Amino acid sequence: MSYQSMEEAQIRCEKEGIAFWKAVQLEDAGERQITEEDSWNVMKQMWRTMLDSLDAYDPELMSRSRMVGREGGLMDAYREKGHTLCGDFMAKVMANALKMGCNNACMKRIVAAPTAGACGVMPAVLVTYFREYDVPEEKMIEALYVAAGIGQIIANRAYLAGASGGCQAEIGSGSGMAASAICHVKGGDTAQIGHACAMALKNLMGLVCDPVGGLVEVPCVKRNVGGAFNAIAAADMALAGIESQIPVDQVIDAMKEVGDKMDVSLRETGFGGVAGSEKAAQIVERMNM
Amino acid sequence: MGSIFDILGPVMVGPSSSHTAGAARIGMVARQLFGRQPQKAAVYLHGSFAATGKGHGTDRALIAGLLGMKPDDMRIPDSFEIAEEEGMAFTIESREIREAHPNTAQIIMEAEGVDVMKIQAYSIGGGRIRVCEIDEIDVNFSGESNTLIIRNLDEPGRIKEVAAALSDAGINIATMQVFRDKRGGHAIMVVETDQIVPQETMDDLAGKDGIIRVKFLLAN
Repeated sequence: MSYQSMEEAQIRCEKEGIAFWKAVQLEDAGERQITEEDSWNVMKQMWRTMLDSLDAYDPELMSRSRMVGREGGLMDAYREKGHTLCGDFMAKVMANALKMGCNNACMKRIVAAPTAGACGVMPAVLVTYFREYDVPEEKMIEALYVAAGIGQIIANRAYLAGASGGCQAEIGSGSGMAASAICHVKGGDTAQIGHACAMALKNLMGLVCDPVGGLVEVPCVKRNVGGAFNAIAAADMALAGIESQIPVDQVIDAMKEVGDKMDVSLRETGFGGVAGSEKAAQIVERMNM
Repeated sequence: MGSIFDILGPVMVGPSSSHTAGAARIGMVARQLFGRQPQKAAVYLHGSFAATGKGHGTDRALIAGLLGMKPDDMRIPDSFEIAEEEGMAFTIESREIREAHPNTAQIIMEAEGVDVMKIQAYSIGGGRIRVCEIDEIDVNFSGESNTLIIRNLDEPGRIKEVAAALSDAGINIATMQVFRDKRGGHAIMVVETDQIVPQETMDDLAGKDGIIRVKFLLAN
């Protein structure tokens, strides 16, 4: 059985004196009756696919609706001028989040982590850091285990689909996973990994899923930027020693409660939120022509 | 609960894990349950699948799955054309299904020489699905484990026969669920196994009195 709570995982880590990522790997190997090495190799494949997917971005390509596609290229060009408000590293994070979101909308091959709509958050945080700071690849693969373990706990206690719990379940969960993962890369312990996730989830709690025309384009592509920035902020807070007053398991439960109460028009039906705006109606009308 | 690679993954063609990859998987599992490529498929979409399915390529992904394509198959956007080439006729319509999950699809499959089969399944996000109905009987499984599905008459001794056949083949039962439409009517056993059920055991079971249909889904 996979971990039902961070508390349960943390108890195992303390008892066996292992890191959180290792506890996740051992669970995977045990559950699927494979060796730790086999599990590692699959995870390494996921990491490499993320790198390839990011590199496959084409700034000339646009989605069928023509709403998105160029954003990654525009951000690259702007960053290269050197006048960004958020600094070079964060501008790269932003560009990479946009590129992955555009890749997905343009029907390219991506790693859904945790979902396709939120596929930009993890690579934006992890691949950008990896390339900027020349971290050993092993560390990044460990970080993917951290993210997967966190994602599994969220899936066990709540959900990962926008149609079930709104965007908080997709970009929110992706942000929580990325926060925990980068916290591990920077040397955070299991408690800090939990705090990073809890803070990231809380900051995006209540986020609705309101895709214009039902397409995973607007506002989804740009929300990957929000998720990535939020993840980095949450990880930095956790690494600074700031703690979430509400334990991560209870934050996840709260997210589920909020999702359950969310009106169906705000859960990926394409009716509420910005999808219900006047401009959205015009866009949908244009697309149906 | 599935593996960590359902959370970190699947590797898939965009744009939506629930509406594109999950839909492809529903089609793929339906095809496996049917046992072959249908000659005719009627697909019904409910809830969010109906409201936003077109924009997510849900329709194309479901047909791709029925054609045997996996969620990372780059041919998914062209599935309608491929279905035509391969002679699989299909219709896709919206349908309100009472108390169904928002991402639900119903598929009715037909082919010469086999019984018509109706499947209802829903997508839970991250490309994962649950099958919730086979031929009007409620069931509940994901298709992520090796799964033996047996349709039988609801009468004493059938479960014992299945358990004995699996035991004889050295197969361990991971989970087992039993469903029926009414007392003395038709029943469905959903048996998740740790090992692959050999064809011999399947044939043996299919030949027994009161067992109507035997299907096996390979973990994927």
